[in-house]
Amino acid sequence: MNIPYTVEARPDTGLHNGKFGVWLFLASEVMLFGALFSSYILLRVGAPEWPHGLLSVALGTVNTIILISSSVTMVMAWASLKMNDFGKHRLYLSATFVLAAIFLVNKYFEYKEHLHAGEGPWKDTFFAIYYTLTGLHGLHILGGMVVMAYFLGPGTRLWKTNPEQFTNRIEITGLYWHFVDLVWIFLFPVLYLL
Amino acid sequence: MHSDPAEVRKSVRSYITVFVALMVFTIITVAASRFHFAVPVAITIALIIATMKGSMVAGVFMHLSHEKKLIYGALLLTVVFFIVLLFVPILTQLDHIGTSQEQVAAPHEQGGVPH
Repeated sequence: MNIPYTVEARPDTGLHNGKFGVWLFLASEVMLFGALFSSYILLRVGAPEWPHGLLSVALGTVNTIILISSSVTMVMAWASLKMNDFGKHRLYLSATFVLAAIFLVNKYFEYKEHLHAGEGPWKDTFFAIYYTLTGLHGLHILGGMVVMAYFLGPGTRLWKTNPEQFTNRIEITGLYWHFVDLVWIFLFPVLYLL
Repeated sequence: MHSDPAEVRKSVRSYITVFVALMVFTIITVAASRFHFAVPVAITIALIIATMKGSMVAGVFMHLSHEKKLIYGALLLTVVFFIVLLFVPILTQLDHIGTSQEQVAAPHEQGGVPH
């Protein structure tokens, strides 16, 4: 059985189904992170004082640069497919995967340092919300890496049989990845700088 | 969404421009935090820059600057609910259930020392 509208746009929505599905998923993700940002505001406004300077701004800045760079390599991976250059696509997607891995390694060292100093999520409200927000974001990075690994491995086969559908899949993977970058763009100043 | 390879080739230049702009804004955000502004000013500056960066990612990388109307509709609905969600903490400040005025005023009326 053929699943319809994986390549051609549905007449009523003007979009292929995968794309509209991912946008709806991202809308639900906005609400998920929105609830946590809302909790952050509630906790911060209700606290008599809020700690400042507990996190490494240098490490946070490096991770911001890594994620922004990974967003560019991701969009270039899609653009390369549109320009029919599969070799470049693999190069850019691999670069995105590696950058995501470096982000998580940095996060691991950051968590390790804080945990060694006794600054776990149990320490205070600040660390509780810090681990919740960055932990959930880290899980999203991990999820994105699983999808990218699939498209670098077994998922590649689709390029030979249906290149347009493969391109659409990379496009919606990119939408998810840019959203993960977008969340970090707000997390960085909120947790590290303010 | 661009489907023509020639158009995609053109948009690659805008991806690089946005990348440079995002880097510059990141540096500005970190630099601004070193000036130790008053908290409300610092929050305003940081969130304005973050919103500008977010708009560039959504508009150019996610191609929201030229998308189908259905996606704009879905996102508009999301933005409305997101704003409601952010205002929920304010509603908790207005919630006085279980804390009547008599209970709040009681220590003073009875001449007790507030703790």
